[in-house]
Amino acid sequence: MMPPVHALLQIATPQLPPPSGAVYLIATVIKMVVVFSLYMVTVALLTLAERKISAWIQDRLGPNRVGPGGLLQPAADGLKNIMKEETYPSAANLPLFVLAPAMSFVPALLTWCVIPFASPLPTPWGLIDMVVAPLPVGYLFILAVSSLGVYGIVLAGWSSNNKYALLGGLRSSAQMVSYEIAMGMSTIPVLLLAGNVALGDIVRQQANGMWNVLGLTVAFLVFLISAFAETNRLPFDLPEAESELVAGYHAEYSAMKFSMFFIAEYANMVTASALMVTLFFGGWDIPGHWDVAPWTVWKTVATGAFFAFKTLFFVFFYMWIRWTLPRFRYDQLMALGWKLLLPLSLGYIVVIASAILGLDAAGVARGSWAFGGALLGLNVVIVAVLLFLIDRGRLISPAYSRLDQRNVEKLRALAARSALMTEGRN
Amino acid sequence: MERTYFPVLLLLGFAAFNAVAMLALSHLTMRPRPTPVKQTPYESGIPPLGDARERFSVKFYMVAVLFIIFDIETVFMIPWGAHYRELSCAVPLVAGSCPAGQVSFFGLGEMLVFIAILLVGFIYVWKKGALQWD
Repeated sequence: MMPPVHALLQIATPQLPPPSGAVYLIATVIKMVVVFSLYMVTVALLTLAERKISAWIQDRLGPNRVGPGGLLQPAADGLKNIMKEETYPSAANLPLFVLAPAMSFVPALLTWCVIPFASPLPTPWGLIDMVVAPLPVGYLFILAVSSLGVYGIVLAGWSSNNKYALLGGLRSSAQMVSYEIAMGMSTIPVLLLAGNVALGDIVRQQANGMWNVLGLTVAFLVFLISAFAETNRLPFDLPEAESELVAGYHAEYSAMKFSMFFIAEYANMVTASALMVTLFFGGWDIPGHWDVAPWTVWKTVATGAFFAFKTLFFVFFYMWIRWTLPRFRYDQLMALGWKLLLPLSLGYIVVIASAILGLDAAGVARGSWAFGGALLGLNVVIVAVLLFLIDRGRLISPAYSRLDQRNVEKLRALAARSALMTEGRN
Repeated sequence: MERTYFPVLLLLGFAAFNAVAMLALSHLTMRPRPTPVKQTPYESGIPPLGDARERFSVKFYMVAVLFIIFDIETVFMIPWGAHYRELSCAVPLVAGSCPAGQVSFFGLGEMLVFIAILLVGFIYVWKKGALQWD
């Protein structure tokens, strides 16, 4: 039996010895600059994609004047935001007011560096990992850095000295910390299967066995919901609910500082999508014999493209949801996070751990068809039970459902009468 | 060690440089024309009433405290999850898997005790109404 303290220390041992020093340095810088630029361009194009998709869903044309098909719209927006006048509210706390956009921008563009985006690339100088920083504590790094983003939002809300901004900042801090728990717990089953927190190992385990979305469906659903809440996107965009709080925490921001909050939001969205793909959809894995050595350049290109495709699908899913669902009320949001997702993911950890132990005791090998099939069957049953038993009206209840049924009727009659009276007066 | 974490530091510097460059560029190219009205906090067009930094609901503090407790619990679970295979085997692993008949209840049992203690706290918090928002 391995003592737990030793187990803790073992997580921090490095994995792959990289190629020689100079090659490693050059490769790291090239990867970093290329992926960073790709990220920024993608984020810029996503702002256009968001408007195009919303237009498509609402049967409009969307931006189509700047460049072919509106393709240069992000460039025009960027230029405008750079040239615009910055306003500083006289009552604001100026150092924090300027610092806040940078505090949400930097973590948003730091998180992705541990996500492996393609199979290793063979070069004359050695095998190069297609990840900027192959940290042995990859998943912990993501949890740690992504939660730093809340500082930017809270500081922005507080330093503006604006009531809407303060409310937005408060709401977002409470919302993000609440869903972080559900998010962290929903990924414990992934670690149970992978046996490691390095994202490269999690991808390898899925490449050898089955994508986690099939074996850990409930964990994926909890993670998906929490990721929407963590990135402050609809249906959980209460920090910037425009119909209640004007623009929420960035109500007082203008010019490039506003733009930086926007970039951070979209970058977080891309990172959350990439993380969903890595943890539950096999990362860069293409089913079949793509994920085994010998590595070739074509394999790197193909797996990289497939990873981008999967990630962009989830980004599209984010936008699709945004233009489809209405916003939650704040008490419903908190009830969903604390009273449903937390116990659900806690129970799910126990169920999956017991199932793994049972399968081990029965002598079923990990990564075999029987092992995957048993987990899949278990998940089908759990999802079916959840869908049939969970009644939205009970868990996420509207305010009137807690009233007596007779009182509800009385209130409805009252509202109808007052509506009639107003009509008569007009 | 420096090789492992060096790319992260490099990227941190790069991202911070980008952030500062954006702020500086925007600051240098603008022509400030402040007016007193432009500088007042926005309150839908009416003159602002009082200060924004007033007292707010204690609920937000409560959520922060509860977060600390439950997040620490998640952090304790992560090493357990990553080493579940070793913990549920009575003898050291042979080639990454447990020899037949040596599967142990130890790992799951420990976690069940941990979760049970936490569940008591969770039920207490729920019954006290700390999770009630209206």
